[in-house]
Formats: sequence, C-alpha cells, structure tokens
Amino acid sequence: MKKTVNQKAWFMVLPVLLLVSFSAIIPLMTVVNYSVQDTFGNNEFFWVGLEWFEEILHSERMHDALSRQAMFTAIILLIEIPLGIFVALHMPKNKGFWSSLCLVLVALPLLIPWNVVGTIWQVFGRVDIGLLGHSLASLGIDYNYTQNSTAAWFTIIIMDVWHWTSLVVLLCYAGLQSIPDAYYQAAKIDQASPWNVFRHIQLPKMKGVLLIAILLRFMDSFMIYTEPFVVTGGGPGNATTFLSIDLVKMAIGQFDLGPAAAFSLMYFLGILLVSYVFYTLMVNSEGQGS
Amino acid sequence: MAKITLSNLAHSYSKTPNSPDDFALKTIDHVWEDGSAYALLGPSGCGKSTLLNIISGLLAPSQGQVLFDDKDVTNASTSERNIAQVFQFPVVYDTMTVRQNLAFPLKNRKLGADYISDRVTAVANMIGVQDFLDDKANGLTADAKQKISLGRGIVREDVNAILFDEPLTVIDPQMKWELRTQLKALHQQLGHTMIYVTHDQTEALTFADKVVVMSEGEVVQVGTPTELFERPAHTFVGFFIGSPGMNILPVTVVGNKAMIGNHPIQLSSTYENLSGTIEMGIRPEYIRLSKEPSGLAIKIQRVEDVGHHKIVRAIHSIDGQTIDINVIVKEGIEISDDMQYLVFEREKINIYANQWRQEGSAPI
Repeated sequence: MKKTVNQKAWFMVLPVLLLVSFSAIIPLMTVVNYSVQDTFGNNEFFWVGLEWFEEILHSERMHDALSRQAMFTAIILLIEIPLGIFVALHMPKNKGFWSSLCLVLVALPLLIPWNVVGTIWQVFGRVDIGLLGHSLASLGIDYNYTQNSTAAWFTIIIMDVWHWTSLVVLLCYAGLQSIPDAYYQAAKIDQASPWNVFRHIQLPKMKGVLLIAILLRFMDSFMIYTEPFVVTGGGPGNATTFLSIDLVKMAIGQFDLGPAAAFSLMYFLGILLVSYVFYTLMVNSEGQGS
Repeated sequence: MAKITLSNLAHSYSKTPNSPDDFALKTIDHVWEDGSAYALLGPSGCGKSTLLNIISGLLAPSQGQVLFDDKDVTNASTSERNIAQVFQFPVVYDTMTVRQNLAFPLKNRKLGADYISDRVTAVANMIGVQDFLDDKANGLTADAKQKISLGRGIVREDVNAILFDEPLTVIDPQMKWELRTQLKALHQQLGHTMIYVTHDQTEALTFADKVVVMSEGEVVQVGTPTELFERPAHTFVGFFIGSPGMNILPVTVVGNKAMIGNHPIQLSSTYENLSGTIEMGIRPEYIRLSKEPSGLAIKIQRVEDVGHHKIVRAIHSIDGQTIDINVIVKEGIEISDDMQYLVFEREKINIYANQWRQEGSAPI
C-alpha cells in the first residue's frame, strides 16, 4: 500500500508554535540578544561576543553568590527530605478523619503566596514585635536577622523548611499509601525490625517519589527569590544574597543588562542540566523497579 | 507443627454488630488436624481471608478463641504464633538478593550463620531457585517471586502452619500447575499443617486432603473432594463445586418417591418428616438423555462442546414455569432430535430440605 505524503498537517502545529514563540522563545531570544551586546542607552547596541559570559564566569561576586546558593540548597535538602520522610511515616495510615485533618494541616503552608510567607517570617522574626524574635531576645540570645548573618541564615532556612517540607511529606505519604498491606504483614511474619521495614520496604517503595521530591526542592530552592528578598533583602551585607537576588540586583539595580543576561542564561542552563540528570536517574530507577 | 482449634469463633468488622449480617465470619467451631493439607474454598467475599488472617494473627476476632495445640493464642502476635503466610501478590524485599530474602526470617530470629546458610541452600533446592540465588529479587518473574515468598515461609523448620492466601492468582496458567504440584510435594515432604485459601475449585480439590467450603461467613461443609462431589451437604456446595454445578430441582418427596410436577422419580432411600423447601440435587454427570417417554420430558436449548464432553442445556416446563437442567454427555455419544427425556441415576440423587442435605433411611 502506498502511503500518501500530506505535509498539510504541519499547519495544525502553527497555533502552538505561535503561542510558544510569544510565551517563551521570543523573550528568551531577547535575553540572548542582550547577553552578546553592550549598550550605553539611547537604544544603541554594540556587539561584544562572549565577553559578558567570561566576565561572569570569572567574577568573584558570582562565585560567592553561587557558593551561598549551593550551601543553602544543600542545607534545606538535608533537613527537608529526612524530616519529610519522618513526618510522612508518622501520619495516620488509614483513611479517616485524622488522616484528612493531618493532610489539610500539612498542606496549608503550600497554599500561602510566597511573598506572604516572607512577610509572615519577617514580622515573626522581628526583635521588637515578632513572637520568635522577641522570645529569643528575651532568652538572652543575640538574635537579629537584620544585623547578624547567622541569624539571617537561620531565619531563612527555618522559613523554607516550614514552607516546603509539606511538599516532601505529601509526596512520601502518597508513596507510602501505595504499599500493599501484604508487605507489612509479611514483615510481621518474618519478624522484621521497624528499621528493616523502613530500609527494605518503605524506602525502596518511596524511591520514585523521593527522587521527584528532591528534584522539585532542588529546582525551587536553587531559584529562591521572593521569601529571602522580603525577609532580609539579601542582607545583612551580602550574607543572604542568593543567585536570583544577585541577578535582580545586577539587572534592575545596576542596570547591567549584558552581564545579567549572560548570567541568566548560564543560570537557566545549569538548572536544566541538573534537572535532566535527575530525570534520567528517575526514569532508570523506575525501569528497574517494576 | 500444631493442631489448630477454632472455638466459638466469629468476627465482625463493625464495632457494634447488631444483626448476623454484620458478621463477616459467623460462629465457627473447627479443628485443623496437625499435618493435614486443607483448602478453604468459597466465592469472593465469603469470609475466607478474614478467617485466615485470624488464624495467622493479623486480625483479632470479635469473639471466640484460637488454640494451637490447646494453647490459647487468640491474643498472641503473628510472630509469637510462628506461622508462615504466602499472600495473593508476591511479597519480596526488592533491595535484597534471593539468598538474602530467604535468610531474612532466620536472621531476624538471630540464628547462627552456618545454620542459615545450610538452611537457605536446602530450601532453595526444594523450591527450585538455586540457580539464581544471588540475583536481585526485584527483576524476577511473578512466579519466581511467589516461590521466594513460599521459601521464606518454609525456611523456618518449626513453623506451626503455612497459610496460603490465593497464592496463584497472579501466576500464568502453565506455571500454576507446576507450583501447585510443587506445593503438594512439599507438603508430603515437610508434613506442615497447610491451609490454602482459594476460590478456584480445581486448585482446592487438587491440593487438599480436606476441603472446607465457606459461604456468606459460614462453613457449610468440610470433606474430602469425593464427599463434596457426591454428597454436598448444602445446595451451595453442590452448585459451587462442579462445572457446571449440581442441578437443584424443586420437588415434593413422599417416602422413596420424589415428584417433579407430576413426574415421579424413584429414590434409593426413604425420607420421612421432611419440612421446609424440598429440593432434589443431581449432578449433570449423573443424568442421561433418553428417547424413552418414561423419563422427564425436556426441551434441549443448546449444546456446548467443551472437548472431552458436551454440556446440554435443557429446560423442563411445569405449569408455565421452566426449570433449567444441565446434562453432561460423554464424547462419542450422539445427541439425536428425539432425545427429549432425562433419566436420573438413582444412587446419585441427594435430597435437600431448606438447602441442607437430608439423610434418608434404607427403603423398607
């Protein structure tokens, strides 16, 4: 049978192509455009090639922001993932009032807009009127997130843990729910210890969702902007200036559009690369699992 | 190994059971003899898994006692009861190798390394997994995984009983035969008490020395496969076992004669003082098509040829009502158009009152 070649079908893709162009490709190309040019205003641009990329790669300011960022992401992953697993393991397993209540309570922080989260913790941590700040100060602890960088880090990490551990909990909880009862019953019959049940039943069955949780938390925390911006504005000094905050300072504060554009592109490609690695890992492990 | 006694046992999933219908398991008194192979047979939802979970200790009964060798274990945990159970879906520890899976129950009981390794090798040979002992368990086929679940059960020499909860559901048909044969061989070799839950009559009848048939939370009959076939104690058993099941026909019985409408059928025993709904049960295997008008008049609806025999679906009409009757005709016997009568094998007729089988006395 002869197949008729009909290229008209490509027209069907046209609307999508247009939409994606306006929503993603054109804005991205503007950034690419800026990253290879310099301007002195008046809409005059000069070609500079890869100069901005080199400058950013060798800039100490960027190195510092990157190491702060990596540190922040590492810390919150190390806290949120184990804590999320721990909470999920202790939620009521059977469907009913208590499990629904727990789910709603756990999900609440996820529903709060990010700048509101920032504002809540900004106020909560203030030494003069905030519950946390005032209590700590009256205990004699030197806590002031506007002046002390340890206090600033502490506040932002606690805030992120409060805001996002729920996501890990919900994902793990879903993973745990999918384990058939027979596994627990068999473990009882085999006299497995609680640790063995966790190590050989719960953890392997949660592996898939855990990888998703780590991926999401990595991406989100690596791009964090709103909450630290509201709470500390990147300070004191540059202590909590993470990559996004630094990028905005550079692009809008200093109006260095060229370096900022080069920076954004590398930032984006970096996150894309890590996410891709995670995705590959995830797909491979699923292939093994079933 | 132990004798398991269920005494006045019942279970309801509702906390405040009001009517008998609230009970998933109605009152049961039963003894599982030491070293026998039992099948627990019944349709889905008849309470057989509930009963099994009570025996294994995964579920506490609402009332009654479970005794192992006269020791009350009603409130003992699963591990204290020292029971092995194989579940419907294969349970293996994915992160471990086959060897580690088999050794796991022994390791948890802190037994010596030499003993464990000997025992694992012995069990691996019994269940035929010796060739892939060091493979990861999660890459295996369903039947190999189910063998490992079984292996984890029999690796402990002192288990009181091995319980099977529909273990062959997810296994391919060809493998089913092999595994079932292997189970039977293992039973003869090890002599454990085994209880095998299934809704598949072939599985039950081939595996067990004794079959316990359940319906709606009640044990309706305990018997050998032959007893269940020849003398079903309850019309449910007659109907559930056999393919197709027993024909249950409404009759009136006087002495040693049963009447289907106006048609008399001679019985081999005499029945006195029957009350309630009286029915006659006769297996399709024991009915013959005939041309003689002395038989029961029927109309053949259709004939299904299933290879080694034919199943004839016939109807008999009384007063405008019709009764379905199935007949099995052996291969090689022709069915002609003038075969419009049925003849029943007198010795094989069972009489039921209110669905329970009645024992007749020898005719005077």
